[in-house]
Amino acid sequence: MLTVLLILIPLVTGLITFGLKGPAAKVFSLLSSLASLVVAVIAWQQFSAAPESLQFTQSWIPQLGSQFNVGLDGMGTMLCLLTAISFPLIFITVYNRDYEKPGAFYGLMLLSQAGLIGVFTAYDALLFYVFWELALIPVYFLCSMWGGERAVPVTFKFFVYTFAGSLLMLVGIIYIYFQTPDHSFSWTSFTSLQLSTQDQSWLFWLFFVAFAIKMPVFPFHTWQPDTYEQSPTPVTMVLSGIMVKMGLFGVIRWLLPVLPQGAFMWQEVAIVLSIIGIIYASCIAIMQSDLKRLIAYSSIAHIGLMSAAIFANNEQSMQGVQVQMFNHGINIIGLWIVVEIIQNRLNIKNMSEMGGIASYAPKLAIVLVVVSLANIALPLTNGFIGEFLMFSGLFQYNAWFAAIAGLAIILAAVYMLRMLQKVIFGEANALTATTTDLKSGEMLAIGAVIVVIFFLGVYPKPLLELVHSTTAIVNATAWVK
Amino acid sequence: MMFAGLFVKNKQHIKYYAIAGTIIAFIANWYDGQLAGGSSTVLYGMLEVSSVSVLFNGIAIGCTFLYFLLCGSAFEKVGEDVADYFALVFFILAGITLTASFSNLLMLFLAIEIISIPQYILAGADKKNLKSNEASLKYFLTGSFTTGILLMGIALLYGATGSFNIREMGLGTGDLSPLALCGILLTGFALAFKVSAAPFHFWTPDVYDGSPTVFTAFMATIVKAASFLAFIRLFHVSFSEGSITGHWQLILAIITAATLLIGNFTAVFQQSVKRMLAYSSIAQAGFMLFAVVAFNETATQGIMLYAIAYSVATIGIFSILLKLKDYTFEGYNGLARTQPLLALANTVFLLSLAGIPLTAGFFAKYFLLSAAVQQGNLLWLVIVGVLCAAISAYYYFRVIMAMYFKTGDAETNAPITGGYKGLLVTAVAVVIILGVFPGLILQFL
Repeated sequence: MLTVLLILIPLVTGLITFGLKGPAAKVFSLLSSLASLVVAVIAWQQFSAAPESLQFTQSWIPQLGSQFNVGLDGMGTMLCLLTAISFPLIFITVYNRDYEKPGAFYGLMLLSQAGLIGVFTAYDALLFYVFWELALIPVYFLCSMWGGERAVPVTFKFFVYTFAGSLLMLVGIIYIYFQTPDHSFSWTSFTSLQLSTQDQSWLFWLFFVAFAIKMPVFPFHTWQPDTYEQSPTPVTMVLSGIMVKMGLFGVIRWLLPVLPQGAFMWQEVAIVLSIIGIIYASCIAIMQSDLKRLIAYSSIAHIGLMSAAIFANNEQSMQGVQVQMFNHGINIIGLWIVVEIIQNRLNIKNMSEMGGIASYAPKLAIVLVVVSLANIALPLTNGFIGEFLMFSGLFQYNAWFAAIAGLAIILAAVYMLRMLQKVIFGEANALTATTTDLKSGEMLAIGAVIVVIFFLGVYPKPLLELVHSTTAIVNATAWVK
Repeated sequence: MMFAGLFVKNKQHIKYYAIAGTIIAFIANWYDGQLAGGSSTVLYGMLEVSSVSVLFNGIAIGCTFLYFLLCGSAFEKVGEDVADYFALVFFILAGITLTASFSNLLMLFLAIEIISIPQYILAGADKKNLKSNEASLKYFLTGSFTTGILLMGIALLYGATGSFNIREMGLGTGDLSPLALCGILLTGFALAFKVSAAPFHFWTPDVYDGSPTVFTAFMATIVKAASFLAFIRLFHVSFSEGSITGHWQLILAIITAATLLIGNFTAVFQQSVKRMLAYSSIAQAGFMLFAVVAFNETATQGIMLYAIAYSVATIGIFSILLKLKDYTFEGYNGLARTQPLLALANTVFLLSLAGIPLTAGFFAKYFLLSAAVQQGNLLWLVIVGVLCAAISAYYYFRVIMAMYFKTGDAETNAPITGGYKGLLVTAVAVVIILGVFPGLILQFL
């Protein structure tokens, strides 16, 4: 029931929030997100004690053989935790902002949380698809209604991209469904099915395109920088911190175990595309003057590395990817919190207009440095262990690929340090001289991020243990079959 | 209803008689279903009452009931003869019930004509409007032409098989004569005309646009779904045995792809929501054609869900359109601010037409795609279908964008009563409930 609660809490409270006005909406949604966090932590504890108690199955559409089948494995628990941690952080960060129609804003945010948790828990392909779309629709409205000047066309592009990809995946799901002997959408039926190599070859692309758009992997990434730039920051946090993980999650949960031969056939192509994305996005990030776009491109590079590592076909890379899914989520949300704070104070995004913030807001400068260093995976920060495992796994697969992808580390250092230099150091101008330092609410949100960064940087064991079971399952089902 | 005008003096009351009429028809249909049990034939074997026909009739009558409730008051604005308009709609409904249960080609012909002739009249009901007159004439001419083709096709089929009964024609056995092949092609083309499938769709935008909006809502929904059921019945019962399928399946698959592509691409460029809906109805027809091309049980389930999902959503959208002053996209600007409930309901209906999960439209599309995937050799068509569905999001979301993200004061020209709002909420509830539990409808099959 805990798993169902994780979906139900944001779904029901989200619908209720639509009817609330003024500050009540944000208070209520913050409480709701905290309740979800408590349930997620209990589920995490329960996972180590009695994982089978987190499974829930109920008949849904008997005519189709589809069930409301949700459950948590290590990766699912970790991503639900990430989601449950992220939402209170986001709500605390924007607590002092007054959004127009707060009921609708916070209601849609909570509905997207319900969709995300649904995606991470679904063990029925049709249910997975439904949640996949449910997570998308609220984000579409959030970006369009509360986004920047070009938000409407930009978000529309994002929507059409994702919708087209999802529909292709739906065709794949339907095809596999008809091949299952018991005509079922269950994960077990899907993964135990032995599809012909020829079928797997083309089915791979139906699934991969859907996931690649969401991640996003080159050349399916074009929606991403514009959308990140134009979305309101809390939505960008959801998109970059959690929603991109849907694509990676989809590959690990559905693509690799269901279409192992397809993945084997195309793994090199997928890795090459991912590596092109890493280098290309890093180079563009270096040239950016817009802070939000810089972080958006850096995210493409980081996700590209994760995508390459998934297809590297070994235990280390798989473990590294999962750990990094969590850590990247935390780090990028940390970065966005700082961006939101700077934007809230100065209302500018262009880095050439910034500078000298360190003198007027030292705490803000320190947290930006810490989060940036975590983002480039400095040892003792949480990003290190994941990147180390991923590179090590990629190296085992092909040393050249690892070497080229490794350039990303240098490039990341270049654009992140350049960003730090432009934003917080140098000469202050009339506007940046007015910057005030962190307030208590902001301190709480970013403080929590920094605690996680250092804790997992020094002691990543709990995270590694949590995802170990999924790695074992994927390696057993995906590559050996 | 024909005589209602003689006895009812207050025109506003006629609507209530019509609503009562649909309730009686609904009960009669339900009773018919109980009486027939599994399946039975009546009228010397010319009609066949089955679970499919009873369910479809139930959906058609139910949607007409909703149509009267949501759009009934708009009948008075069209012209003087309100009672006649309602009577004509009932005639069409009678034709629809025949399409769902015919088992004889003559009955099919009668059904199509009973549906068509009242529509020619309704299209021209706004006598003072030139566009309405043009729509009526255009509809009449193309319709009559199609009737000729259908009749020719039926005659050829009779010549080839010696029977009008769709179960006894025996087309699947032995070699197919050129006469029968021509008959199949001609009836196929005639029905493609009726469902506005490309390249026989040219009448649709002008007729839908020119006809009084309130009647367009009916023509584009229930009537269209009924024509599809006729299509399915004929092709699945008579033309699906032996090697015969190979002769028409590829042609119909090409027609389906063309309908999807033409309907969707043309809808993208429309400036008026009413015209966009006309083209979108062509695009939706393309999706419904999946049910004909893929002849299996899933297709029948799909067309049932499509009939209800598409009809309820489109009737809802038209009922909102009727309340607005300006039918262009700009006319919707800012509707979310002036009429939040109308905008929300319209959004849910549009999401359903686009096939977004948790709305009835998703499962309608899902079943039809499934039917085609199940067929095995139609995967290319399925891919065309899903890409077109992604394109359709463009024009449906244009309306949503206008309502929510653009500034303006969308003006209404009719009062938005509490009762109307309640009905809209009910229609939205139907769309969402069927989007979560499609089994509620399918259990009757």
